Amino acid sequence: MFLQLIVSGISIGSIYALVALAMVIIYKTSEVPNFAQGEMAMLSTFVAFMLLASFGQPFVISFAGALVFAVVLGVFLEFVFLRRAKDPNVLSLILITLGFEMMIYGVASWKWGAEQQSFPFPVSDFDIVNLGPAVVSYLNIVTLLVTLFLMFILFLFFRYTKVGIAMKATQQNMLAARINGIRANRILSITWGMSSLIGAVAGMMLAPIATLDPNLMLDPLLKGFASAVLGGMTTLVGSALGGYILGIIETLFGGYISLQFKSIVAFLIIVLVLCFKPSGLFAKHYVRRV
Amino acid sequence: MNEDLFRVENLFISFGGLRAVDNVNFTVKKETIFSIIGPNGAGKTTIFNCINGLYNPDSGRVLFKGEDITGIKPHKVAMKGIARTFQNIELFSRMTTMENLMLGRHLHMKTGILSGATFFRRKSRAALEEIKHRERVEHIIDLLDLQYARNQFVGSLPYGTQKLIELGRALALEPELLLLDEPSAGMNTEEKQDLIFWIKDIQDELGVTILLIEHDMRMVMDISDRILAINFGKPIGEGAPEEIQNNPEVLQAYLGEDELTNAAS
Repeated sequence: MFLQLIVSGISIGSIYALVALAMVIIYKTSEVPNFAQGEMAMLSTFVAFMLLASFGQPFVISFAGALVFAVVLGVFLEFVFLRRAKDPNVLSLILITLGFEMMIYGVASWKWGAEQQSFPFPVSDFDIVNLGPAVVSYLNIVTLLVTLFLMFILFLFFRYTKVGIAMKATQQNMLAARINGIRANRILSITWGMSSLIGAVAGMMLAPIATLDPNLMLDPLLKGFASAVLGGMTTLVGSALGGYILGIIETLFGGYISLQFKSIVAFLIIVLVLCFKPSGLFAKHYVRRV
Repeated sequence: MNEDLFRVENLFISFGGLRAVDNVNFTVKKETIFSIIGPNGAGKTTIFNCINGLYNPDSGRVLFKGEDITGIKPHKVAMKGIARTFQNIELFSRMTTMENLMLGRHLHMKTGILSGATFFRRKSRAALEEIKHRERVEHIIDLLDLQYARNQFVGSLPYGTQKLIELGRALALEPELLLLDEPSAGMNTEEKQDLIFWIKDIQDELGVTILLIEHDMRMVMDISDRILAINFGKPIGEGAPEEIQNNPEVLQAYLGEDELTNAAS
């Protein structure tokens, strides 16, 4: 049973890790936790669903279409709304993201209704491999592989590409980045596009296990946020690890202690982390010299 | 030597009711050092911010090589060839010295994913370019004696070194005009002396024109070709160092009215 719980924990942890990564990428550049992250992912997942179910497109085209939609959505929101904010402080930007959240939720409810759809997926959750005493579904394996692959790509991106390095520079010091010839505004747009893409992947990996309705990402968003706080809002690797840790702790708690109170664990963890290590388990604490 | 490189014309900017910069005019000739002095809060850094595109002036023009660059975005100002350092160091503190300087080369890097992927290893365009940029950066590291700090994270280095790294990063941009905002603030006498040599070196070796804000009068008088003094955003005198030293308005701004009248009586 222990091993089985760990396997399930890693599987759900992958989703949390992706959501956490998506949040942290935006948070690092603008210090704004994007509360619309979940709904953006949900909308992109619905786009994939629409392409699959209503237009009868094959999986490859539907998923690629949804990812393209996600990038466009992210860039659009940043460009049309956030950039227009006049002399914004962090709080007003957060409120704008809350506004997005409600807008997108409304649009999705209007278009697809509250009824629960089942999301078709090329890999089944019921084909399984036996791993000693534990059972792993193909879907679990694909989720894990996709997550690790995305993290690897992100690592390469931030380490070796010109845009990635410019993004890192903007995250560390926007003023210095701008006077060294980096277009900080464009970097912000790219950030939103990337973040939205990662969120969409999380949504599409989650939809086959859960059921697809406008509330799809409500819980994962909060868990992803908790993971990011746990690992550290300023570190990509840390927040991803936070996702896995949270996933495992949560399933273990559900398995051994109480299934009903499983959801509370995440919030208990947020409170504990904020009390004892406010910048997160894996983040070095940096204080800016004033 | 006598060519005008840079000119500020009738610059005005106010914040609320405060006139931070009030009709400032000056011209900087090529390959000279031009200093702006004035008491704290006189509007010196605000002038820099207007040049950089961080602030948009209410009126007036900023001309660089005859071209009007007023109000264009900071990254475009950098592309024109204007680099800058800040009064409170603005570095990428979680990167190494080398990485910080390489970021100064960002503008000059042409490689994208395509050209990086087309040829292989050392022969690729990307690799050749990287080598070229690294050579340039090594040259700057030599010039400023930063060898020992090359692979250290800049956040943990001493203040004086961080100031030099910021200067190095500005040089990596290969600017024609370099804006230095109080480069010697927080340095001890010895470091200041070194800084004077470096600034002169930079000018001799790289032919950069320098616009300087500085409080240390000895340094200003020593290295400047021309000086502009401002107070409450208004220019109160411009000229060669000797002229400024004897300008009654400047003395009054610095020493206060009482002492001047005392000295006169």
